[in-house]
Amino acid sequence: MTALKVENLAKTFALKKPLFGAAPPGVRAVRAMSFEVAKGETLGVVGESGCGKSTLARMLVGLLEPSQGHIEIDGRALDNADPAEFGKLIQYVFQDPSSSLNPRKTIRQIIEAPLKRLHKMPKAERGTRIAEIFASVNLREEFLGRYPHEFSGGQAQRIGIARALAANPRIIILDEPVSALDVSVQAQVLNLMKDLKAEFGLTYLFITHDLAVVEAVSDRILVLYFGAVVEVGRADSIFANPRHPYTKLLADSAPVVGRPLTAPEQKGNELPDPLNPPPGCAFAGRCPFATDLCRRTDPALERMGDDQFAACHHPL
Amino acid sequence: MHFLTLLFRNQLAALGAVVLGAILVAVLLTPVLPLQDPNATATPDRFLSPFAEGHLLGTDHLGRDLLSRLLHGTLLSLGVGVAAALIAGIIGSAIGIVAGYVGGRTDNIIMRGVDMLMAFPYILLALAIVAALGPGLLNALIAVAAVNIPFFARNIRGVTVGLAGREFIDAARLSGMSHTRIILTELLPNVLPVIIIAMSTTVGWMILETAGLSFLGLGSQPPQADLGSMLGEARSALITYPHVSVIPGLMIFLIVMSVNLLGDGLRDALDPRLRSGALSRPRAITLVEREDEVPAATDDLLAIQDLQTQFHVGDRIYRAVGGVSLAVRPGECLGLIGESGSGKSVTALSVMGLVSSPPGVITGGAVRFQGTDLIGARYEALRRMRGDRVAYIFQDPLSTLHPLYRVGDQLAEAIRSHHKVGHKEARERAVQLFEDVRIPNAKSRIDNYPHEMSGGMRQRVGIAMALANDPDVIIADEPTTALDVTVQAQILSLLNDLRRDRGLAILFITHDFGVVAQLCDRIAVMYAGRIVEEGPTTAVLERPAHPYTKRLIACVPELGGGRRELAAITGLPPVVNDLPPGCAFAPRCDKVRADCKHGEIALAGPGARAVRCLYPEADLQKGEETTA
Amino acid sequence: MGGYIIKRLISAIPVLLGITIIVFLIMSLIPGDPATAILGSYATPENVAKINRDLGLDKPMVQRYFIWLFNMVQGDFGRSYSLNRPVIDEVLERFTATLVLAGTSFVLCSILGILAGVVSAARQYGWADKAITFTVLIGISVPSFFLGMMMILLFAVNLKWLPVSGMYAIYGGGDLWDLAKHLVMPALALSAVATGVIARLARSAMLEVLRLDYIRTARAKGLPERRVIMGHALRAAMVSIIPVLGIQAGFVLSGSVYIEIVFQWPGAGRMLVDAILSRDLLLVQGGVVFIAACYVLFNILVDVAQSLLDPRIKT
Repeated sequence: MTALKVENLAKTFALKKPLFGAAPPGVRAVRAMSFEVAKGETLGVVGESGCGKSTLARMLVGLLEPSQGHIEIDGRALDNADPAEFGKLIQYVFQDPSSSLNPRKTIRQIIEAPLKRLHKMPKAERGTRIAEIFASVNLREEFLGRYPHEFSGGQAQRIGIARALAANPRIIILDEPVSALDVSVQAQVLNLMKDLKAEFGLTYLFITHDLAVVEAVSDRILVLYFGAVVEVGRADSIFANPRHPYTKLLADSAPVVGRPLTAPEQKGNELPDPLNPPPGCAFAGRCPFATDLCRRTDPALERMGDDQFAACHHPL
Repeated sequence: MHFLTLLFRNQLAALGAVVLGAILVAVLLTPVLPLQDPNATATPDRFLSPFAEGHLLGTDHLGRDLLSRLLHGTLLSLGVGVAAALIAGIIGSAIGIVAGYVGGRTDNIIMRGVDMLMAFPYILLALAIVAALGPGLLNALIAVAAVNIPFFARNIRGVTVGLAGREFIDAARLSGMSHTRIILTELLPNVLPVIIIAMSTTVGWMILETAGLSFLGLGSQPPQADLGSMLGEARSALITYPHVSVIPGLMIFLIVMSVNLLGDGLRDALDPRLRSGALSRPRAITLVEREDEVPAATDDLLAIQDLQTQFHVGDRIYRAVGGVSLAVRPGECLGLIGESGSGKSVTALSVMGLVSSPPGVITGGAVRFQGTDLIGARYEALRRMRGDRVAYIFQDPLSTLHPLYRVGDQLAEAIRSHHKVGHKEARERAVQLFEDVRIPNAKSRIDNYPHEMSGGMRQRVGIAMALANDPDVIIADEPTTALDVTVQAQILSLLNDLRRDRGLAILFITHDFGVVAQLCDRIAVMYAGRIVEEGPTTAVLERPAHPYTKRLIACVPELGGGRRELAAITGLPPVVNDLPPGCAFAPRCDKVRADCKHGEIALAGPGARAVRCLYPEADLQKGEETTA
Repeated sequence: MGGYIIKRLISAIPVLLGITIIVFLIMSLIPGDPATAILGSYATPENVAKINRDLGLDKPMVQRYFIWLFNMVQGDFGRSYSLNRPVIDEVLERFTATLVLAGTSFVLCSILGILAGVVSAARQYGWADKAITFTVLIGISVPSFFLGMMMILLFAVNLKWLPVSGMYAIYGGGDLWDLAKHLVMPALALSAVATGVIARLARSAMLEVLRLDYIRTARAKGLPERRVIMGHALRAAMVSIIPVLGIQAGFVLSGSVYIEIVFQWPGAGRMLVDAILSRDLLLVQGGVVFIAACYVLFNILVDVAQSLLDPRIKT
């Protein structure tokens, strides 16, 4: 069953109109993309800075209006709904736990907000529900009266997860949820999220730049480059058998114990100018296999093998 | 309560509060004090000196009692000033919050209007308003409040825009809160301290301004008098009877100064950055307070010997580095690995005295470059070594390069501060260095500003700058952490080539085992300010001896491992101002025994390997024999 | 660069129009019949009719505004009642005197303020910092008109070093030296507050910058401390100091009203106060618009200076 369906979703940020002349075409942060996430699945989204992963996430939770396309959750279209409607179905866990908690509110006030505003839950019921949620993220109830600055990064991130759970959503978008944490704490949070998923029957969209982490937690992985999907495939095989040269470059660049240090083959490492994107494949400028065809036409996402799709004229 | 203690710990603020309090008491008691009518004229008694019979402060040009007029005038001036500040503060802040939160076109229109009002030198606006409404104290109040609204609006809008972009506002929207509720319960509590600060620091100014309008004869009208109009009326007799001018003038000065002192105190107490002392100027060189003996010289190229660096914040002492010894030989790359707060960066910065002081203090040990102690060195001697013999590469090249200088100039400057070379020659050398770090189009790139380059290119500039004077040692503090993974691979391989070509010694600080494994010959693992394990890279990674090292390695997900449960270490690293006795890792260790929790545990082991553990995971004696 | 200046000049046009609208609206707030208010006891019917005609008060408001605006664009600001001469002549003459005073004060407070702030930050908590902080506190707390009066008492009356008031000596003056002697006290009194404000801001801007990573980089590459402070740190701090210089220029211009009265300086501020007290509305309107327009142009200069300093500003 499909939990989340995205069709032709795109975002172009308008640029300020100059005093004279027409407005420039704008920055295409996310180019039209379509994908589905099955119920109970974890879809990993990887990409480097500037690939549009945060823009995508913000559109999915309704914090940003898409320029085109639409989003369906459990078969219901969510176009033009207000954030509160989104909030009951899909929630967000932010990258920086300290900036996502209001420094002047107690933890109880923070977790109570979705119960009060989204579900209009009466006070007595809220108390028991908060206690349940807090227990499931392994935090002690005595923390509820404290303020965010009293918590470490790992604890604050668990509070952020608790807030997302309080809305009782079907889907949670995890936007780099462990990037700000140390490795020893990172695993605590990742394992907790895995348990919660089973407990509450959740569907995850896990956004990160860390290949090893995304591989360890995902069922399928979506690779983004310059605002577009370049490859989708099963987590256990996509980095071992990449079809798109960019996926291969990513996999080869990740530092691995025991592998000698070599700079992977590529020409330059600059992203194309988002104000003036090239006509063909965005990766052509860095790709060792690029031909004139690549520089002229943008390849579409095509099936390559069982569960793998790649957008490349010359797949590996 | 806590807030008041904080406020009055500041002695100047306390002084301001006392002076202002005394004035307020005097003013409030005015109605019950046996004073004369402030407006009762007695022409024969005009211009009496202070301490005259029945007139403690003398009389003015109409023979009115100055003391009485002074107290009544003070009441009026204070009241008008505070009222103006409140009106301007409330209206201006409301405009600012709405504009900052709503954004878009509304914001644009409001801010255009504000800019328009700020395009007037404020007195012109005030004069125009008074000209239209006619002179009078109330009109002066309106004018002063009106001209200050734009200042509040702009100030508060700026703060609001910063807050509205924070993630907790997004989170509140996803929690189903309405815009009004977000403004009132999420934004306002965070903006309020700024509003209070802005108001308290402008009250003094408002009092001055209303006094000024009255001084011009546009504020309070006779016979009513505030301090400004008293001064204005006395001006004609300034030279003959100065006391009539001096008394109200001094009173304005006292009020405004005490209000300013109190306002500054309030600001310091409310601003958390000021409270934590974070706005102290770092000295050019870290403070050194060594009491123990300095360790003897060794023949290493760079040796860190029993280094201890602390942060003194208030009465707390954070032992960031608690006795670290390391040595690098020419051509060697030593990896220093640890989690945040382990003291690895502080160790690196201590080498050249770059730890911010205050609050940093080096309290023990030595850092020797070719045998010379750098910790005890004088500033000028150390400066000559910085960047010349020992150079640094820092983490985030966007914040570590100066945004207002061209990269080529920053590079040339590094050369010219150690060698007497001309501008042209330094520039040529800069181009050469850019080519060495493989920056394409070096000749045109050196005229770029940092913001015109990508992250990877900027870090190449950072590396070129470190290489500028052909140093012997490079200390690289997480040089690839801020970079994308494809760029990281290139930077690492560049560093590796450079060190082989030039025989550089590198001290490489990182939290990433993958990076260490690829680049470093030896590694040292830090935990809570101390080295817990040291040895050749492959040996440590394959057979870690310290339980912390072993479990930390297990935590790192490796690419190619597939979907799996990840290992975690329960608990949190200890805070370095309250370290447990014995092994700092003991509370989180699953092999802990009673004797781990007291006494000093030494870093010991055979040959190149060493571990700080009573019950190591691997038998080092046996291991060394088999590898040997 | 040239394009940027032109762009800024064009964008100043709506601001200038806005200023004329605001002034016009404020002036039309005057309650009752302005002509009677202006004339007071001289309000004979003929006089009232004449004023109404001269001010165009017999026409609708919007039309009145455009007539006033078009006349101003052609340099005709109307005629002053109290002085019986064209407003523009009076404003130009008096504003020149204000410029001499306010310009000197502005240069003084910029240099002294930044210098004091830098020294204060570089010697944080040292005796120089404490002395400067104390002086600055007094500077921003004392009313400029009171400071001026005290200076007259001390330097002119008691010590007799400097002339009491005026711009030139009545007999035998008129040269530059004479002007300088007359300028010392008013310029110092006028710049006191602004110097204090700029010094405080420069100190905190320097402290803010000195903690940044690129200052550590500058030290790590072995730059001499003088170059770190006066080069890298000050340059970065100037980015936040320059806009405040623009605002303080407005405050200096404003403060000149008081100082001109205390020192009998024949400037535009005194002219405005006299015009308000004698209800010479055209003189007030014209003076305010003219001075505000000059200030807008000055702020464009400030923006240009800022864009020269900071390459991140798009030009």
